Amino acid sequence: MHLPAILPWGAADGFSKQMLLVLLSVVIIATFFVLAARKQQLVPGKLQFAGEMAYGFVRNSIAKDIIGGKDFMKYVPLLFSLFFFILVNNIYGAIPLFQLPTFSHVGGAYVLAGIVYVTWIAIGIKKNGIRYFKLATVPSGVPFYILPIVVPIEIISNFVVRPVTHSLRLFATMLAGHLIVMIAGYGIEFLVMQENILLQGTSVLVLAGAIAMYMLEALIMVLQAYVFTLLTAIYIEGALHADSH
Amino acid sequence: MNQLIISAATEGGAAANPLVPNLWEMFVVLVGFALLMFIVVKFVVPMFEKTFAERAEAIEGGIAKAEKAQAEASAALEEYKQQLTDARAEANRIREEARAEGAQILADLKEKAAAESARITAQAHTQIESERQAAVVALRSEVGTLATTLAGRIVGEALDDDQRAARVVDRFLAELESQNAGAAK
Repeated sequence: MHLPAILPWGAADGFSKQMLLVLLSVVIIATFFVLAARKQQLVPGKLQFAGEMAYGFVRNSIAKDIIGGKDFMKYVPLLFSLFFFILVNNIYGAIPLFQLPTFSHVGGAYVLAGIVYVTWIAIGIKKNGIRYFKLATVPSGVPFYILPIVVPIEIISNFVVRPVTHSLRLFATMLAGHLIVMIAGYGIEFLVMQENILLQGTSVLVLAGAIAMYMLEALIMVLQAYVFTLLTAIYIEGALHADSH
Repeated sequence: MNQLIISAATEGGAAANPLVPNLWEMFVVLVGFALLMFIVVKFVVPMFEKTFAERAEAIEGGIAKAEKAQAEASAALEEYKQQLTDARAEANRIREEARAEGAQILADLKEKAAAESARITAQAHTQIESERQAAVVALRSEVGTLATTLAGRIVGEALDDDQRAARVVDRFLAELESQNAGAAK
C-alpha cells in the first residue's frame, strides 16, 4: 500500500513519508496565510484577496452560518485549521510524486475526530453543566414509554458512533480513492505486459477509467475536508444549543 | 498478477489491518495540528479579523461622512433658498417704493410746471396790458399831434395853441369812443 518512502528508514515504526507530508502541510498552510494576512491592506492585493476568500469561506459559510450568534468567532480558529489541514493533506493524493493522502492512514483521522469529540463535549458541559448529558440523550416531547428505547439509541449514536463515523468517513474515502487509483495503475501495468496485442489495447480503456477516477477522487478530497469541518461545526452548535434541540 | 497481489499483501506485514493506527503517525498529526492551531490562533485569525474590522470601519466611516456632507449641503441649499426669497421680497419692496416715489415726483413736477405756466401767462398778460396802455397813450398823443398839425395846415395856424388843440382832440376821441361803445353794445 505504501508508495516508495522518501527515506529508507520510513517503514512502520520509523519516520515515514506520511509524517513528512503532515509537517509539510503545516508549513504550507502557515506560510500562505501568514503571508496573505500580513499586509492588512484595505484594498487587498491578489495574495491577500485569495487568503481572505479562503478564510472568509470557513468563517462565514461554515462557522457563521452553522453556529451563528455572537460567539461563533471562538470556534473559527479550530474550524479554519481543520479545514485547511485536511484539505492540503488530502490533495497530496492528487499531486504526482506525493501521491499519498495523509488520512489514508487511519491514525491522523482518529486524532482529528478525537480532538473534535473532546471539544464538543467540553463545550456542552461548560455551557449546560452536567445536565448536558441529559439534554443530549433524552429528547424532549417523546412519550415516557418510548424513552427506554430512545435513550440508548441516542447515547450510542451521539457518544459512540458519532466519533467513529466522523473519523472513518475521512479515512475510508481517502483510502478507497488511493486504492482505486493504485489498482488502476497496477491494472494498466498488467494489461500492457500481456502478449496479445488486442489485450494490450484494452489498457487504454483502463487508463481512461483511471483518469476519470482521479478526477472524482480530487473532488472527494475537497468535499471530505468540507464535510469533516461542516460536521464539526454542527456538533459544536448542537452542544452550544443543547437545550433548544 | 498473483505475484503482485502477494507482494501487496505482504508489504504491510503484521499491521495489514488498515483500522489499526500507527501511534507515531498519530503523534505527528497531533503535534502538527497543534502547531497549526497555535499559528492560526496567534497570527492568522487576528490579522484577518483586524483587516475586516478596519475595512468595515472605513466603509461605515465613509458612509457617515457622506451623510454628513449631504446634510450640510441640503442645509446650505435651504439657506440659499431663504436668502433668495428674502432678496426677492426686498427687490419687490424697493421697486414699489421707487414707483411711488416716481409718481410723487411726476405729480410735483406737473404741479410746478402748471404753476410756472400760469405765472408766465399772467406775466405776459400784464406786460401786454401795460404795453397796450403805453401804446394807447402814445397813440393818443401822436395821433392828436398829427391830426392837429394836419388840421392846422388845413385850417391855418389858429390851432397851434396846444391847450385848445388838446381839448379838441380829446373831445373828438371821446366821441369816437362813445360811438365805438355804442356799436359794441
